[in-house]
This record gives sequence, structure tokens and C-alpha cells, in this order.
Amino acid sequence: MSYGRGLRVLSFVTIATITLALALVFFYAPLDVNQGFIQKIFYIHVPLAITALCGFVFGGLLAIGHLRTGDRKWDLRSYVAIHMALIFGVAGLITGSIWAKASWGHWWVWSDPTLVSFLIVMLLFATYQPLRFSIEDPERQARYASVFAIVAGAFVPLNFIAVRMAQGFVHPRVLTLTGGHLPGSMGLTFAISLIGIALLYTTLWKYEIAAKQARMQLRRLRRAALGEDALRPLGRSAAPS
Amino acid sequence: MRPVLAVLRKDLRLELRTFETLPAMVLFSVSTFVIFHFALARSTISGQLAAGVLTVTLLFAALLGSGRLFVAEREQGGFDAFLLAPVDRTSLLLAKAAAMFLFLAVLEVVAVPAFALLLLGPSLGPRLPGLIAVLALADLALAVIGTLVSAIAIHTRARDMISPIIGLPLLLPALIATARAAAVVLAPHAAGTPPGRWLLILALYDVVFALLSYAVFDFLLED
Amino acid sequence: MDPAIELRGLTRRFGERAALKNVTVAVPPGATLAVLGRNGAGKSTLLRILATLLRPHAGEVSVLGQSLPRQAHAVRPKVGLLSHEPLLYRDLSGRENLRYHAQLHRVAPERVEQLLEAVGMGHRADDPVRSLSRGLVQRVAVCRAVLHDPEVLLLDEPRANLDPAAVELIEPLIGRGNGHTRVLTSHDPRSALDDADLVLGLSDGMAAFVQSPGEVTSEQLRELYE
Repeated sequence: MSYGRGLRVLSFVTIATITLALALVFFYAPLDVNQGFIQKIFYIHVPLAITALCGFVFGGLLAIGHLRTGDRKWDLRSYVAIHMALIFGVAGLITGSIWAKASWGHWWVWSDPTLVSFLIVMLLFATYQPLRFSIEDPERQARYASVFAIVAGAFVPLNFIAVRMAQGFVHPRVLTLTGGHLPGSMGLTFAISLIGIALLYTTLWKYEIAAKQARMQLRRLRRAALGEDALRPLGRSAAPS
Repeated sequence: MRPVLAVLRKDLRLELRTFETLPAMVLFSVSTFVIFHFALARSTISGQLAAGVLTVTLLFAALLGSGRLFVAEREQGGFDAFLLAPVDRTSLLLAKAAAMFLFLAVLEVVAVPAFALLLLGPSLGPRLPGLIAVLALADLALAVIGTLVSAIAIHTRARDMISPIIGLPLLLPALIATARAAAVVLAPHAAGTPPGRWLLILALYDVVFALLSYAVFDFLLED
Repeated sequence: MDPAIELRGLTRRFGERAALKNVTVAVPPGATLAVLGRNGAGKSTLLRILATLLRPHAGEVSVLGQSLPRQAHAVRPKVGLLSHEPLLYRDLSGRENLRYHAQLHRVAPERVEQLLEAVGMGHRADDPVRSLSRGLVQRVAVCRAVLHDPEVLLLDEPRANLDPAAVELIEPLIGRGNGHTRVLTSHDPRSALDDADLVLGLSDGMAAFVQSPGEVTSEQLRELYE
């Protein structure tokens, strides 16, 4: 069994893309007239947020794979996808806050539907690991986690649609996300940053899965070679085992 | 259909016998209105504030109630009893969601007049049809999500905690729609009809989550 | 003749531990299999798998020609489980509980009355289960298990909590000689051996032996239970 097939190539491509993205951000993208240098955090913040959201939906899709096949490998992939997406999401929230404070003077703005939707999604997925941790039977834990991942993954697009419809009728869009209307140079920089962050997510995802699978295999081999008693029993954990 | 009715009848009979759920929900709601009456230090509220207070109170009462939905099943072997029967697993979901909806309806029969008495400024009468429309859709959302989340939580160790922390984010969009729609109905001067868009959002939300729950429920029961 | 129950290499895990490992046994129709072993040996797990409440993780299980878990829905009407827990709602009466089960199993209500009479519960059928003694609860539980007239009976300690009079009353319902195929567990190996056609000894989830009762030695029993 090879762990993390293609991981080395993927890592190199990721590092290369991120380096390129950083270069573009600092040397190529124009300086924003209104917000100044701090606007450049947008190139990290938005890709982080988009990747996190896609990661959550990805986790839901992987969970469907788990429920359909019963193969715990899918559960591992789903778990890693979601917890990686959570990390990226927190980074997105922090960078977003910094940007918000710098450009609009507030750390948080309630009237922006995108921010509010994102917060709701993060609140939901923050419960994923506590849920897993509170179910002791590993089979049931994996199954229930997958049910959660599917419902929560479906919730992501729904939530954005609902909140957008809600806010639109009360406030005009106060803060516009510059998606899709970026001038050429900003657009290119943004695209490369997005690809870079997405690659980073994928690399870390594969890396963590490889590490966990290797660890599990090691346990299996030790059990087979040294007998049941040689292993310290795994404590309760949120991670698939 | 028959197993759904069998389970529902059993649950209603149990509730009438033990009164474990509904009185708690009612008492909670009325007490909360009293608390708000004093905390807000206002003689009457209307519009968005009234809608917010009503919606949040019903939400928490619903979470309280849904936490009890599967307890008898878990502690008295009800899951096994159901799973041994040659019936479609999703009948349990339908029966429990129906029970929850009925509990919420009964709750509102008491709580909404109490709310009108204790807090609401404008008169309830002309606003009732609009309010009923909004609450009916909201109750569907609360029933479906409440049942789903309760079924997930019942097998966990910290079941009273897990239920709300998962349920609240999931219910937020429905909550927003309910509060906004109710605000128009409870407006101080003229009883507005609830805006179609909010009702549409609520209805869509109900349909999507009902279908989702239906699709995943089997996996929660099997072992 | 095809066996009524056939297990081949049945395995069921709990996390990393195996609750059942590689269990193989075949039970002819109408025969009684006694499953012996310590607490935690896997007896209840085995019964629950046969009852379709648990899925096997590996190996093959077939009950009355249908394989589990794929055809669980076809097996369900044909097996009756009497487990540790009575599976009755404490706040409902015996009669109400049985009527509920009858509705789920699509059984006529008359059968409920017939069974309640048969176990001598006629006079207390309307008292809530919480007010009944354990012996009476067990009688109602037996009614629940045989309500839908299953061909296969899965009995987890069937005589627990019962006085001799009650044991006599339930014997016609769950005893030998009715053509039922039975799998029973018991903490008392002696009485189980008397009742059985085939004996499976489980130790730490694995089959220690599969023999007819006459062939089981005291040595084997001692090893099983120490």
C-alpha cells in the first residue's frame, strides 16, 4: 500500500503556485485607491473562505460515499475534509475581520449577508467534532458523522440562498464582494491565489489522510505480530480509527 | 401509513399518560414571556421586537420538547421494538415529526394568547390568520429539524447539549424568515399580510429538510 | 434439508475488538441451539444479529433461506426475540403495549387477548407495566415475542425472573415441540443442555465448540466459564 500517492508532486505544485500568488499579490496587483495596502489581504481571505465552504460541501459528498459503500475509508476522507475546512474557515474569519476593520472600521458587520451566512455555517460545523467525540461506538460514530456531514453540507448552499434572500429585502448590499467584476490584473492575481489555496487544501487533506492511514496500518501490523496486549487501547476520540 | 399512525397514537397516549413534554414547553414559554415583560421594561411591544421575542421563545420551547422525543425509545427499548417490526424505518421519522408538530400547535394555542396578554401591544384578533400561516410553516421546520437532531443526539453521551448546538445553526435561516414575516404581521398600526417571499423561503426550507431527513433517517436507525 | 439458521465465519466488531469472530454453525429446522458462554462472550450479540438488529461485519448469515443483512426485511416477520429487556413502555399497560406491537406487525387484536389469557395475565393486563412485578413483565414480554407467530425464536435467558407456575404457562408458547427453531442462551448450562439439540460454546467471541449436548464434557464447560 502506498500512502499519499502523488503527494510529493502535489506539494511542489502547491508551493510553486502559492509562491507565484504571493509574488503577484505584492508586485503585480495594483494598490487599491481607497483601502491601500491592507486590501491585499482580500487575496488570502476570499480564497480561504471559498475553499472552506467548498471543503464542507466536499466533506458532505464524501460522506455520501461512506453511507453508500459502508467503507470506512470514505469516513476518514470526509472527516479530514471537514476538519481541514474548519481550519481554513477560521483563518478566513480572522483575515476577514482584519480586512473589515482596516477598510470599514468594524471587526464585524451584521448587515452583510455573506458574512452572516459564513458565520452560521461555521457555527454548525464547529459541532462536528464534539458530535463525533460524544459517540463511543466507532461504527455508529462514523455513520452519524456522515449523516451530519450530508445534512450540513446541503445546508451550506441553502443557507447562503436563504440569508441572501432575507437580507436583500431589508438592506441594500452594503458591502460588495468584488467577485466577478475585478479588473484584469486583480482578477488574475485573485485566480492564482484561489488556485493556490485550493491546492494547499488538497495537499494538506491528502497528507493528513496518508498519515492517519499509515498509523492505522501500523496498529494492525503490531496487533498481528505482537498480539492484542501489545497495543495500548485507543482512547475515546473524535477521529476515525 | 399504518405504522406511522400506530407510532403516533402510542406517543400521544404516552404523553397524555405522563405529561412529560407539553406542560414543560407551555410553562417555559409563559415564564419566558413574563421574564421578557420585566426585562424589556415596556408595557407593550410590537413589530420586529415582538416577532423576535415570540420566535425565539417558540424556538427554545421546541428544542426543549424535541430533546424528549426519543428518550422513551432509548431507555425503554422502544428502538428495538420498532426495528423488530416489518415496517419502513422512515415511519418513525414521520410519526415523531408529526407528534412534534402537534405539540407545537397545542403549545401555540396557549402561548400565543399568553403572549398577546403579557407583551403584545396591537390586538391579536385581526393578526391571527397571518400569524397562523407563519407559525404553521415555522412549526414544520421546527418539527423536522427537531426530530432529525434529536435522533442524532439520542445516541450520544451529551445528548442534551448536542441537540441545541446542532439544531440552532440549522434552524437559523428558518428563524430569520419567521421573525421577519411575523414582524410584518405584528406591526403596530395595520395588520400586514406576511410577505410572500418569507413564506416562500420557509416553505422551501421545510421541503428541502424534509426530503433530506427522509433520505438519511434510515442510517440513523440501523446498526 | 436446508438448515433453518446458518452462520459461516460470522464476525462482528466493536471498534478494534471483535465481539464475534469467525463463528460457524448450522441449525436444522425445528431444532434448538443452546449458546453458552461467560458474560461478554458474544451470546447477546449473536442473538441480535439473528434478530436483524445488528448487521454482520463479515461472514455469512442466513435465516430460513434468506441472507442477512440484505434480506432483513423478509426475515423480520419470521423471527421473535425475547431479550434481556422486555421492550415494553413502562407507562402503558400490557394490553396497550401488545396492541401497539400488533399494529406494527399487522396482527389481529384478538391474538393479543388470546396470548394474555394463555400466560395468565388477563386480570392485570390494564395495569401500567411499571406496576407489574418482574415475573409478570416477563410474561408480557413473552407474549410480545410470539405475537406474530414467528418460525424462529431467539430467547435470551427466557426463564429469568419467572416462578415455576409461570414457566409452565409460557412453555407451550416458547418451548420445544412446537416446530419452532430456537436459539437460546442461558446462564445455567445444565438446564440449557437439557433443552437443546445442539450446543455452541462461545469464548471471547469465538466458537470454542459446536456439539450435541451429550458430547459436551465438564472440562469444556469449566474452560468456558472461567
